[in-house]
Amino acid sequence: MSQTEIQEQTRPKQNKKPRWQRMGVLGYVSLGIVTFLSIFPFYWMFIVASNGTDEISKIPPTLLPGPRFFTVISNVYEVLPQFNQALLNTVYVGTVVALAQVFFSAIAGFAFAKLNFKGQKFMVLFVILTMMLPSQLGIIPLFILISQMGLMDSLGALIIPALVTAFGVFWMRQVIDAQVPNELLEAASIDGAGVFRAYWSIVLPIIAQSSFVLGLFSFLATWNDFLWPLLVLNTPENFTAQVAVNQLKSSYAIDYALNMGGAFLSTAPLLVLFIFVGRRLVRGVMDGAVKG
Amino acid sequence: MSQSAVVKTRESKPPSPWKPARPPKKLNNPNAVLSLNGRWGFLFTAPFFVMFLIFGLAPIIFSIVIAFFNYDALGTQEFIGTANFTELFADTRFWNALVNTVDIWLLSTIPMLIMSIGLAAVLHNPALRGSTFFRTILLVPNITSVLAIAIVFGQLFGRDFGMVNIIIGALGFEHVDFIQGTTSSHIAIASMIVWRWTGYNALIFLAAMLAIPGELYESASLDGAGKWKQFIYVTLPSLRNTITFVLIVGTIGGLQVFAEPLILGGSYNGGDSGQFSTLTLFLFEQAFVAYKWGYAAAIGIMITVIVAIVSVINFYITRKLAGDGK
Repeated sequence: MSQTEIQEQTRPKQNKKPRWQRMGVLGYVSLGIVTFLSIFPFYWMFIVASNGTDEISKIPPTLLPGPRFFTVISNVYEVLPQFNQALLNTVYVGTVVALAQVFFSAIAGFAFAKLNFKGQKFMVLFVILTMMLPSQLGIIPLFILISQMGLMDSLGALIIPALVTAFGVFWMRQVIDAQVPNELLEAASIDGAGVFRAYWSIVLPIIAQSSFVLGLFSFLATWNDFLWPLLVLNTPENFTAQVAVNQLKSSYAIDYALNMGGAFLSTAPLLVLFIFVGRRLVRGVMDGAVKG
Repeated sequence: MSQSAVVKTRESKPPSPWKPARPPKKLNNPNAVLSLNGRWGFLFTAPFFVMFLIFGLAPIIFSIVIAFFNYDALGTQEFIGTANFTELFADTRFWNALVNTVDIWLLSTIPMLIMSIGLAAVLHNPALRGSTFFRTILLVPNITSVLAIAIVFGQLFGRDFGMVNIIIGALGFEHVDFIQGTTSSHIAIASMIVWRWTGYNALIFLAAMLAIPGELYESASLDGAGKWKQFIYVTLPSLRNTITFVLIVGTIGGLQVFAEPLILGGSYNGGDSGQFSTLTLFLFEQAFVAYKWGYAAAIGIMITVIVAIVSVINFYITRKLAGDGK
């Protein structure tokens, strides 16, 4: 992979007309525009939050950071003192859901990819079909079920239905099928390893990277989930970050600075996380793509 | 590669003296490692199936049942046959939501598809510097919450002091009240979807482009095809399956759009005159504002049917279009 990349990099230099000189300018300009557009909403969030609503409501608007950032942030905490609790709740729910999804998806994916058992074809088809169903289809009965289980207004209402997803199982099946050679498992079982041993000492080390990516995606999805937490959570102590930000929205008519301050607080942790894991996520997205 | 590996191991494996050899056709999983005891598969997949039956399948079946009932939060449970569906088909709010949903879906899907393929083509250029950086930047919009972005876009599209209207005003045009208008609010919502998914899909297309064999381009350029012709005759046909995939996933998501209009309007009604009410938003309004659960379940079934129909149409159209081979 890296070798072909190097070859690709050096090829244009060997030709007398480097390709990047021929069409590079237009390409770089479009990438520059896309980069700007991708970042701008975050920048704008900070601009509004640091200037206050009045400064923004004029023509031409301020485009530079202002001095009121900490005033606005403390306003956020005044309106909703539990905002930090909400962030902690979100981290907690996201981590538990991510760990559970990776664990359950990996073992089920392993079974689907490498084990031969009855009814398997049907089960895999079943998994794929369920991924196609709109998630809203069962939301009312799920709501009733969660309330009958006594989970309403608790973080369990977010965690328990999300412990395992069809998407995760399907994804891990693809990963294990592509990354774990059958010979290794054959060899291990000839050496006397059972299914558990083979899974633990051969499959797990190989799929660690991909599991991490799946965990990250689960974490992000949980962090950003909006409607379900809004439906099942009532008391501020149990809010997730998204519900907390939404609470700011309904507290005042339109206080853009307050809203954007909250949005900033709920987004900043993700952006920091992204600095460290962005490249892996990119690789995960590209590995999972349908090619050809 | 795994295919050949399987064949090799199967040949090299000595026939078991204990069991009569089974013909490979009967295998449930042709790629399985047969020396591992397959029965453990039931245990390994059990947590998924148990959880899925309780929190996935059972609610869906229950939804289908209550769609034929007058069923509400107060405890009314009365079988009414297909009355919910009859009422739904006569409900102008349903048709309004359907039209809005399709409009938003078209306004977002088409630009997104074109731009993401274009971006992928730019990133595919092997001479590009900083490609890792650009790839990573492309994913940033996708990891952000819809809520945060809807707040920002709601301000940017504001009537009096929104950046978009300030630019429109500077160009000498009248300010547009994006939220109040029908098409304009759809544009605002579609722009959020485009912003969120263009980069992600560009990465998907890029991965597919990187998998196209280089010889195809070499022989095309030997035949005298320029960059544009290479793109039309080599790249696009090779992306057939990927375009189908992106379209189908985009359709499933796009026909269920609700978070953007919900946050933009601040309520479940989708604007003062329902100008950007969508199917899923309508479902939630009936379920969690009007508490007409049976009726909401009927809406959910209609959404599923519509998604399935549009996905099948998509599938055949992209097959046909790209399959004409060029």
